[in-house]
Amino acid sequence: MPIDRRYFIAGAGGALLGAGRLVRAAEMTDLPFANGARPLVQMPQKRPLILQTSRPPQLETPFSVFNEGLLTPNDAFFVRYHLSGLPPEVDPRTFRVTVGGHVKRPLKLSLAALKRDFPATELVAVNQCSGNGRGFMEPRVGGGQLGNGAMGNARWRGVALRHVLEKAGVRAGARQVTFNGLDNPPLDGIPDFVKALDIDHAANGEVMLAWSMNGEDLPYLNGYPLRLVVPGYYGTYWVKHLHEINVVDENFDGYWMKTAYRVPDNDCHCLEPGQKADRTVPISRFNVRSFLTSHAEGDRVRAGALSELRGIAFAGGDPVRRVLVSADGERTWQEARLGEDMGRYAFREWRMGHTFMPGRHAVKVRAETASGEIQPLAQRWQPAGYMRNMVETVTVEAV
Amino acid sequence: MRVLLACVGLALLSAASAASGQKPFTIELPDEVVPAALADEEAEPVVAACSTCHSLDYITTQPRGKGAQFWRDTVAKMINVYQAPVEPDEAGKVAELLGRRFG
Repeated sequence: MPIDRRYFIAGAGGALLGAGRLVRAAEMTDLPFANGARPLVQMPQKRPLILQTSRPPQLETPFSVFNEGLLTPNDAFFVRYHLSGLPPEVDPRTFRVTVGGHVKRPLKLSLAALKRDFPATELVAVNQCSGNGRGFMEPRVGGGQLGNGAMGNARWRGVALRHVLEKAGVRAGARQVTFNGLDNPPLDGIPDFVKALDIDHAANGEVMLAWSMNGEDLPYLNGYPLRLVVPGYYGTYWVKHLHEINVVDENFDGYWMKTAYRVPDNDCHCLEPGQKADRTVPISRFNVRSFLTSHAEGDRVRAGALSELRGIAFAGGDPVRRVLVSADGERTWQEARLGEDMGRYAFREWRMGHTFMPGRHAVKVRAETASGEIQPLAQRWQPAGYMRNMVETVTVEAV
Repeated sequence: MRVLLACVGLALLSAASAASGQKPFTIELPDEVVPAALADEEAEPVVAACSTCHSLDYITTQPRGKGAQFWRDTVAKMINVYQAPVEPDEAGKVAELLGRRFG
């Protein structure tokens, strides 16, 4: 069903007229890697965000947003779709999510029923794209060339999937649960975007059908009216516009599980650059990450005066135990103070005071979890560019 | 006349109603720009083949220097995995041009 589209030829800045509409050059931003120039574009319910692709829409959060507060505002939250057949209209009155397959009582639930017939629950959790930071990978790999803004931390409200599965009555022998959204392939033959979780994981009481983030309805581009929330797991599992849940008695082998979103089956999920993995497994939990948010590359600070460094750390459910900061390019490390604990799936704030001597200083941040996972100092490469978590460096200049 | 913010690879959706409350939420697909790097006559097969399913910024944002094989592999993946309806002759032309301009 090709929709009649108008195309405009990009002008070298300024305005031009095409097909009856005025087209103006957008403000640009530069992600800090080669070919990193991107326009800032405003889409419905969003502030201007970094445009990665326009159809389907993929938007990255400008990194400065992460210093505005620990919860990422809805209008700044990143957007990632796989298939360009977005639902043209979503009607919350007629919307239904079905629960079927290997269950005793198939369900067809309205939003009102979800909110009325089940206990609501809230959880603060980070959603992060598998390829967050892919653009920094060296050697470069194909795929969405993202900076580090394909992540966000929100307070999700919804119903634990467990309660819905209990109502449907999972039959003996169930192995996995599959999730499908209203977004569709633009052509027949393209595999529909369907994801799966093991039954025990799906029913662990944390996996959620969420209708709200940060106290408001989900923005359309973040999955209105209902999305899956899989705390600690990469965003690929957080199916948007969720309308079809199926319990299956085998391991689901759809394209987006069996072929795509796979990582090398080894401890680091990494390879020597250029290699291909012999064995792979589906991507799953986040590894540990941390960032400096108070200062950006090249920022100036006052020499000899106390500067406050601030940032965020998170992991995939293993709580952040400590954050180490080096202001001298890895020679010495100092433990930062941790801020409010919003749970083991949330951004954790860190702060540290530091007095810089005149000159340029490489500031590095390194988080460690309760069970001892620590960010690597060097990149771990893999062909799909997933799971980047090396210690990041921001250079500041004290004058 | 509506004023649209545009860009290389323009995307702008316009909302017909807000998502809150009980009203249906309607979204319009974006108008798009043909990036300058693909706006000439020679690149027409690329525009025709690729923009059936996705905007052309999927191409222009890729890293340079990956070589011609990267683009041949990409075109092959689009056809073999995603069933892109592109004839073999046309696919060769598309891959060659992508490799030459973006490889």
